[in-house]
Amino acid sequence: MKPPVDVPPRIVPLSESALTVEFGETIAPHTNDLVLAFAAAVEQAALPGFREVVPTYRSATIYFNPLLADARTMTERLRALMTNAHTAPPPRPVTYTIPVWYGGAAGPDLSFVAARAGLTPEQVGTLHASVVYRVYMLGFSPGFPYLGAVPDRIATPRLPTPRKHVAAGSVGIAGAQTGIYPHASPGGWRIIGRTPVVLFSLTRSAPFLLAPGDRVQFVPIEEMEFHHLLRDHS
Amino acid sequence: MMEGFPLYGSIMPSKPPTIHVLRPGLFTTIQDLGRYGYQRFGVSVSGAMDPWAITVGNRLLGNPDQAAGLEVTMQGPELLFEEALSIAVTGADLSPTINGLAMPMWTVVVMPAGSRLQFGMRRGGVRAYLTVAGGIDGPLILGSRSTHVRSGLGGLTGRALKKWDRLDVGPARTEGEDYVGRTLPKSHRPWYRTSVTARVIRGPQADRFTDDAWQRLASSPYRLTLESDRMGYRLQGPALTPRTSTDIVSDAVSVGSIQVPADGQPILLMADCQTTGGYATLATMIAADRSLAAQLSPGDSLSFRVVTPDKASELFRSSHAELERVLPPHTI
Repeated sequence: MKPPVDVPPRIVPLSESALTVEFGETIAPHTNDLVLAFAAAVEQAALPGFREVVPTYRSATIYFNPLLADARTMTERLRALMTNAHTAPPPRPVTYTIPVWYGGAAGPDLSFVAARAGLTPEQVGTLHASVVYRVYMLGFSPGFPYLGAVPDRIATPRLPTPRKHVAAGSVGIAGAQTGIYPHASPGGWRIIGRTPVVLFSLTRSAPFLLAPGDRVQFVPIEEMEFHHLLRDHS
Repeated sequence: MMEGFPLYGSIMPSKPPTIHVLRPGLFTTIQDLGRYGYQRFGVSVSGAMDPWAITVGNRLLGNPDQAAGLEVTMQGPELLFEEALSIAVTGADLSPTINGLAMPMWTVVVMPAGSRLQFGMRRGGVRAYLTVAGGIDGPLILGSRSTHVRSGLGGLTGRALKKWDRLDVGPARTEGEDYVGRTLPKSHRPWYRTSVTARVIRGPQADRFTDDAWQRLASSPYRLTLESDRMGYRLQGPALTPRTSTDIVSDAVSVGSIQVPADGQPILLMADCQTTGGYATLATMIAADRSLAAQLSPGDSLSFRVVTPDKASELFRSSHAELERVLPPHTI
């Protein structure tokens, strides 16, 4: 059965050098599949004036050089690609296993999430690690993945006031989304744990570990193992 | 005077020139035209807030457009030039001086070996650009030398200049002396005002707002609050009421995007903005008006006028063509 499309794709200008193609208005795997297939098709098509494509949960923004392409022609070309992208098989996703130390000093909000869900902190960790997440998009800061969806029971709203300092590798929940802070930064997500895995490093040949469309499987680890792995990674 | 800074200009002409930072100024960063191609990984474009002004400086010097320079904010640094070097200062007029003597803006001048560049009173605009023959050197990080302080990328290990920093200069593509005295015609020099009207096009979520909100955006001036920096300007003025919630599923945003959070006070995104955002985008400021907006300071006023996307593209092309005519890019 073909998954339903929320609304017919809409193409709107974001600026004189960018067009946003909207495939829906919600966070849904089938919408994101359409976005990613379309983004891949745009990358491959090498349209005149094309600069880069930014896929998000439900849309893809195409940046172009307005001296080499006008919005009208670009819109037509994108419409043509859309037809092809819908019929292309989705690329096979890569699954990354990411160890997480849940709670303790690594997860200052774990007990809040647990109390709200009527679970023990250990159960929250187990539940959070029980599903394979989709990398819907990256944003906020270099390498920050927006993952979804967390089991309903542990979906928790953001902090009313963001923290000034969130440690690098912190794993957080915001509503039904979960994510990983690649670097120490301010942040408003509920922090439940921390991974020693480095998501973004300029010294690697591939600086970004995750790309939109990848899958993430969290694995609970103990504090000792976290410190051990952190040493290995740095 | 110049104690401690050896001057090898005539002995070792092949040594790349060095600039010493004696005082860093309020907020001075290395910038070029920005870091493109990595927005899908969450990497901000950054780059010069006023791309037009830095491009003029580079073209006057015969540099490629992508050469890096210094973006100087409000209060300038004090710099010591170890070797003779051709430079140009463009953008805001922060009263630049060489060894205490006023230097002309928008013009190629030679800094003699051992001379000091300083800045003084702010006469107009906010951001001045120091460009040098050969460009400010440094590692290309994901294709750019632009500093993005929030993510610690580019420039000098991702931060603003500090006292005693040393800046390296790249190899010049041309004999600098040929360019001395080159100047941007006075008729083309911008006049930076404290009250600017910027043109906008309808943004992707424009239909979430009432006609009334549109009327207000187009008829009332908005003031830049103190929370205005390279990431964006938080504006204050009549509230722009949405028809529905302004929270959206995060979408791509770009420089110029005018986002409206729940309080109805718009935020104009600037060079260091994030790649995606979760507030509805009511409108987008056109690229042709970016330079004037980049030269506003907190307390200044910004008004908006709506144009069609076709008009925005036409204005982009004509402003580009005008620069090509007055100051063509350097080619070998």
